[in-house]
Amino acid sequence: MHALVFIKQVPDASQVRVNYETGTLIREGVPAILNPFEAHAVEEAVKLREKHGGKVTVLTMGPPQATEALKECLSRGADKAYLLSDRVFAGSDTLATSYALFEGAKKIIEMEGEVDLFFAGKQAIDGDTAQTGPGIATRFDIPLVTYLIKLDDVNFEKKRAVATRLTEFGQETLQVPLPAFFTVEESLNELSHSPLPWLIKAAQSKIERLSSENVNLDREQCGLRHSPTKVKKAFTPEKRQRGETLTGSVEEMVQKTSDILIPFLKKDL
Amino acid sequence: MSSKLKYDVIVVGAGPAGLSAAIVLAKAGVRVIVIERGRLPGSKNVMGGVFYSDCMKDVLDDFPGNAPVERHVIDQRIWILDQGSSVGFNHKNESFNKKPYNCHTIFRAQFDRWLAGEAEKAGALIINSTVVKEALVENGKVIGVKTDRPQGDVFANCVIAADGVNSLFAKSLGLRKKIKPDSVAIAVKEVIGLDEKVINDRFNVKNDEGVTIEMTGSYFNGEAMAFLYTNKKSVSLGVGMVLKDVINNKVNPNDLIEHLKKHPSVAPLIEGGETKEFLAHLIPEGGYKAMPKLVGNGVMLAGDAAMMVDAIHREGSNLAITSGKLAAETYLEVSQQGGDFSEKSLSLYVKKLRDSFVLKDLKKYKGVPDLLQTNKHLLLQYPKLLNQAAFEMLNVDGVSKKDKEKLIWKTVKKEIGIGNLVKDLFKLWRNMV
Repeated sequence: MHALVFIKQVPDASQVRVNYETGTLIREGVPAILNPFEAHAVEEAVKLREKHGGKVTVLTMGPPQATEALKECLSRGADKAYLLSDRVFAGSDTLATSYALFEGAKKIIEMEGEVDLFFAGKQAIDGDTAQTGPGIATRFDIPLVTYLIKLDDVNFEKKRAVATRLTEFGQETLQVPLPAFFTVEESLNELSHSPLPWLIKAAQSKIERLSSENVNLDREQCGLRHSPTKVKKAFTPEKRQRGETLTGSVEEMVQKTSDILIPFLKKDL
Repeated sequence: MSSKLKYDVIVVGAGPAGLSAAIVLAKAGVRVIVIERGRLPGSKNVMGGVFYSDCMKDVLDDFPGNAPVERHVIDQRIWILDQGSSVGFNHKNESFNKKPYNCHTIFRAQFDRWLAGEAEKAGALIINSTVVKEALVENGKVIGVKTDRPQGDVFANCVIAADGVNSLFAKSLGLRKKIKPDSVAIAVKEVIGLDEKVINDRFNVKNDEGVTIEMTGSYFNGEAMAFLYTNKKSVSLGVGMVLKDVINNKVNPNDLIEHLKKHPSVAPLIEGGETKEFLAHLIPEGGYKAMPKLVGNGVMLAGDAAMMVDAIHREGSNLAITSGKLAAETYLEVSQQGGDFSEKSLSLYVKKLRDSFVLKDLKKYKGVPDLLQTNKHLLLQYPKLLNQAAFEMLNVDGVSKKDKEKLIWKTVKKEIGIGNLVKDLFKLWRNMV
């Protein structure tokens, strides 16, 4: 088995605050983390390797600092990590990013062998677009299963798997021919606490570098100039008002609560 | 079964103490593993922000080099605050503008990460996100550590425990007792962003020059110490209070920071600033008397885990680095002599600490924590009187200076009494000099 997981290093969204005066995000001092959905993608790939043997490779496109997120993937049990980094990618939108990752993945297949399962998070927590994974799958022209919550019966001889995905209305269970591309939900699995030897191996491994020097790239499809997405307007959601706190004895608080709630409920009737 | 994880030395905790130990050991070719519970070195670590450089000279060449430092301190101020007033003292010296700089302001999240990078370059192995839960002991000797991870036992000749003020490791070995609320302080700090030029103007400095202000006095009811340090594009404002006082008086240190921000001596310095970060940490301020046993069979304690903080001089990280370095040197000497890393052979570490400024300084001020705990009026009545006296002498209102002096003495006699004044001076002299 060979699984290739696409990951992204993102700012920890839980620590990003909004400057309500200027309407901009305060990113300063916010740590960069592995996109949480992709931690689950790596987890699933590693579980498959532990069961069936084989290897797990991870790939990201980003600045050199993204090696940190790759190291985390290695700590979580991935075997090898590649960083696709080049100035030509600066300013890429999801279309240009999926192109770059597609070319990077082809290079990895050339070096590491055919891939049976491709994984990525359902979306990245910074952009929330959920487009890059599907973009790569489309370029490979392979089956795509988004919002994966369960993966059973992975059969490498018959080259198929049974996947359950979340839809707007419920769940959908599909039989998918392999190779296939999966974008995953957090509920797919529980993150396990990696054995210490994996962390030691990760700390000692080198991240492989890919760039325009060793990947075959069409520059007409890379970077800001070839990213058709345009941000027309950015706005800040209104700051939520703090609720009212009722104090006093239990009786008083119950009285105050009902005084507020009853007229409100009657209005709706 | 996988093969046993075995190293020469295990360092618990990637803070200044642990990392300097790891650097010295790795440079000498020792196989060393550093185990850190934070996601990255520095992510759990907090200090006020002043780092003294001298201790680095035997750890890294040409410090600070590319270390992430903020400003070098050239002007150090002490303020005694009362309601609506302050009396201050400062020392600014051109010598502090000469390299190597005496001290810098730093951010630990960046600094510790950088130091960990240096340790890795030296050849140390650093493992993050892993908690050392307890010591592995065989025949009364520490032979390794148990971590919270599967297959997580690691073995070594010797363990250097530098896992901070809450050292689980020292506790697991019974080297130290449960921390008492009167031997730790809780410190809270706010990083307030300001324009670089605004900082330079307000604090009367240029380029990378920095200022530190230490504050105490009746403004905090005599129970807190506060500080204001300049960084490149921010200032760090903090308040520390002995945990026992926090518990007994039901004070919230966050309220003290808000209170401090309103003081007329502080408010104009931070005006227009934007709060960027809140931090809080325990500081082991109990001093010499609160220190745990420093060595055991196969183990040495360093830094905050050994309660090495000199609160009088706001020093901690330099004691940590020096102790880490001395622990590493002890390991090297003992192993060269073919030693067994028993408590007896490792007691060389205690001797080295005694010969260094670390234990000398801690011993010198050993009575101070008790003195301040049992003599609250020292930081309450005197600051008040000092501020009143300064006001009397500087406020021109037609009263003669002679009469003003009399009035001041009358107040001193009434508020404190001559006998008590002599007693207090004697106590201070005995404990501080």
